[in-house]
Amino acid sequence: MELELRGITKRFGPLVANDGISLSVAPGQVHALLGENGAGKTTLMNVLFGLTRPDQGAIHIDGKAASFRSPKDAIAAGIGMVHQHFMLVPVFTVAENVTLGIEQAGPAGLLDRRKTRAEVRELSHRYGLDVDPDALIEDLPVGIQQRVEIVKALVRQANVLILDEPTAVLTPAETEELFRIIRQLRDGGTSIIFISHKLKEVQAIADTITVLRRGKVVGQRQPPATEDDLASLMVGRDVQLRVSKEPAEPGDVVLDVAGLTVASEHGLPVNGLSFQVRAGEILGIAGVQGNGQTELCEALMGLRPAAAGAVTLNGRDLTRASPRARLRAGVAYVPEDRREDGLVGTFSVAENLILDTYNRPPFASGVNLQLPAIRANATALIDEFDVRTGSPATPAGTLSGGNQQKVILAREVGREHKVLIASQPTRGLDVGSIEFVHRRIVEQRDHGVAVVIVSSELDEIYALADRIAVMYEGRITGFRDPDVPAAELGRLMAGGADGGHALEFGPLPEMDDSAAPDSAAPDSATTAAAPETTEAPETTEAPEGPADTDATDSQEES
Amino acid sequence: MTTPPPATEPAATPPPEAEPDGQPGSHRSFGDIIRLAIQENTVTITVLALVTATVLGGLLTAFTNSAVLTAWGHFFSAPGNAVGSAWDAAFGTYWALFEGSVFNPHTVAALFQQASFSAAIHDGFLSAVFNPLSETAVQATPLILTGLAVALPYRAGLFNIGGQSQFIGGAIMAAWLGYAYNMPFFVHVVVCCVGAFVGGAALGWLAGEIKARTGAHEVIVTIMLNYVMLYFLAYLLSSHSLMEAPGGSNAITLPITSNAHLPLLAGTHLRINAGFLIALVAALAVWWLLNRTTTGFEFRSIGANTRASRVAGMNVERNWTLVMTISGGLAGLAAASVILGTDFTLNPQSYGTYGIDAITVALLGLGRPGGVVAAGLLFGALHAGSPGMQVSTGTPVQIVQVIQALIVLLVAAPPLIRAMYRLRAARAGGVSTTMSKGWNS
Repeated sequence: MELELRGITKRFGPLVANDGISLSVAPGQVHALLGENGAGKTTLMNVLFGLTRPDQGAIHIDGKAASFRSPKDAIAAGIGMVHQHFMLVPVFTVAENVTLGIEQAGPAGLLDRRKTRAEVRELSHRYGLDVDPDALIEDLPVGIQQRVEIVKALVRQANVLILDEPTAVLTPAETEELFRIIRQLRDGGTSIIFISHKLKEVQAIADTITVLRRGKVVGQRQPPATEDDLASLMVGRDVQLRVSKEPAEPGDVVLDVAGLTVASEHGLPVNGLSFQVRAGEILGIAGVQGNGQTELCEALMGLRPAAAGAVTLNGRDLTRASPRARLRAGVAYVPEDRREDGLVGTFSVAENLILDTYNRPPFASGVNLQLPAIRANATALIDEFDVRTGSPATPAGTLSGGNQQKVILAREVGREHKVLIASQPTRGLDVGSIEFVHRRIVEQRDHGVAVVIVSSELDEIYALADRIAVMYEGRITGFRDPDVPAAELGRLMAGGADGGHALEFGPLPEMDDSAAPDSAAPDSATTAAAPETTEAPETTEAPEGPADTDATDSQEES
Repeated sequence: MTTPPPATEPAATPPPEAEPDGQPGSHRSFGDIIRLAIQENTVTITVLALVTATVLGGLLTAFTNSAVLTAWGHFFSAPGNAVGSAWDAAFGTYWALFEGSVFNPHTVAALFQQASFSAAIHDGFLSAVFNPLSETAVQATPLILTGLAVALPYRAGLFNIGGQSQFIGGAIMAAWLGYAYNMPFFVHVVVCCVGAFVGGAALGWLAGEIKARTGAHEVIVTIMLNYVMLYFLAYLLSSHSLMEAPGGSNAITLPITSNAHLPLLAGTHLRINAGFLIALVAALAVWWLLNRTTTGFEFRSIGANTRASRVAGMNVERNWTLVMTISGGLAGLAAASVILGTDFTLNPQSYGTYGIDAITVALLGLGRPGGVVAAGLLFGALHAGSPGMQVSTGTPVQIVQVIQALIVLLVAAPPLIRAMYRLRAARAGGVSTTMSKGWNS
């Protein structure tokens, strides 16, 4: 099936979300749609899936104009969509979820479960999806849930499959699995529209890359296109993908976490975890999401009680301190979930900039808020951190993710602090904002702040960390220098013992070879893309310490 | 229904928060209204809800009126007559409401028919001119105060259904201090008001403390406390050894001494008293608290995002208790305004329906102090005007309750109004939507 979009334009009030976008997707092709947040990718796909109607332009399928009033029409035309947030009923089985909405009743009005189960099993086998039709959704890991969504689309005879930011929730290994499935689907003749803002993934999987910026198609590339090229197309200017930083000059230990244990109803999400961070260094805590990172950060901030262990800041015991006492003691905190934990969405930018200093001078005298001081503070920080906002009075919830993060960062590093704890600091941000946030974090380190970065993005860990700790099931499975190969980190992230050997855990070793066959160009392109996978693997057991942190940078430039 | 001819009428009721050019009576084009709607969605929706409720109320009055129904029976022979009689009935009802709550031209005529102006004033003719406004203010006072008692905790994310229990707590204190003690004039009334505040605040504190310590939902706690206080009041009034007045079995307290009465503001002919000033000052104080103090900053922050507030180091539980204490005190002041301002005794019905009316007032006032004052005045006017309306037009007083209910219904369902007037979807819903959801937390 040949799908073509011709001159799609969609306006929301004064905002032109899509401005005359044309693109065509050939059968059996992976067509990547690359763009920053707000570039109009999702709007375009909503148009294609019948969720919104375009103001102008048309969709053509096999040369014939099609008009979708609702997703039902789109599905009937053979378009399937896997949303970023899955549309599954957790307490239903895979088969039940797949048939939901297209149930076929037998003669007595009973559901024909056997047929669906067989169908799911058949599709699962054909595309190597490995999905058990009788498993309950809530028992399945995210990666498998996503495959259920794919099966759902396939059962509805989708010839074009839209994947909206499909890797956002996946571990590196799960991503590799997804890519394998995508290739298999493509080889079977299904067209895939792959929406992403991650350059590396797009390079690895796409046959054609269309770059959107501000609602317009700004260019089309074939996979050998370099990351720098794609990034500058996306952002509209040259972007530094990796912040340059000097080697760290660590000082005294600032934050000392010893044997920290956190209990919850599900067991011990943090289990006897210890690390130290020195002034002027960045400790990157890597790990697949859900291995206790959230609980660790909350315990460090006093939002969860520590069941055992101690947290010490510059020799002062903070284990039992309240969140406010910790903030006062000099902990700056950039939470993982910025909308829920970092900002009050209905508050203005100015108010959010004093969210944890509102009751101290100069913002308050007695119980009275000092509005002029609050305003002056907002103006200064907005300027310094380049927050793109209409005015200090704009509600923070209406800002883009990158600008929201800038507000939080501005607030946290704007007050006196000795430690900066940042959890997933660039999740969901576009390339331009990532660059900004990374630069600011390195700047903090250079000012002698002890920095802890918790991230499930290996790229981010490599870009920032002076020392890497890998977290698995509430413990740290090992400390490494930043020149450690990704495979070694992957091994530790999957629970491999410190200093041990690769485990039986399947997909990880595939990482290197799977990236290769896809790019038509010689290895030079992939070297730039993934320097850490190709560089010297002999330093697996490098000792801790301020080693050559520039190693990765210089590799990239060579 | 989208082009309401009688809609110009309700503009007669005291201006609600509509004044900034949202008032549909002032001959704006439909396009203007839409433009405004985009600019300030929640206020516009509230105003449109008021207009719609008025129109629907008018239709209802017209078509429950027997004369109108007869006229419509002859619709095909005399259609003009049918429409005219419907219009007359609706207009007459609203006009009577207006006369009863704001201004009655006949009283002015009567004033100028008097021989001497000073004698007219002395005989109460001038008072008669202002009597409707005075009554509106008197009716609005407890509505504003209890409305604030709902609006304030709402901003901190709590839904206070306990206006009734807090009102009773305040009423018991006000009445007891009022009849059992003798104090000098000014001192006594102040002591009674403070006592009423404390009585209400104690109940509010209890609800807040239970929520803070156990996490019990404040809606359930406050509703249950309403029953506790209702029966506690009945118990207090059941025995001469407690609060029942000696020498009778009327379940009523002794009248409070005159020193504890709230001072009248405009002469002895008008009931308007210092309670109204207390309500206005309270509204101002709540505004100041919310928008100009660190405490209010915490309240609003916790109300908008509890998790982020916790991360920012705020003590969420302590604030819950504090905001419920203050709002209980406000409901207690409402009781003071009733007991010390108009009733002068306490009986098992003193609490009226203020606890529930408060929710509608806060909802219509969009949870803002200024809005609560406006909404309180509007409902106060409806209450003040309805008896006269029934007398002069024969429209039952219940129609006022129907209009009130329609207003709240429409305010609580912005999508309905938006669909009716083809407005764009609001950004982020607005206060009333979230407020009408109530049960989340």
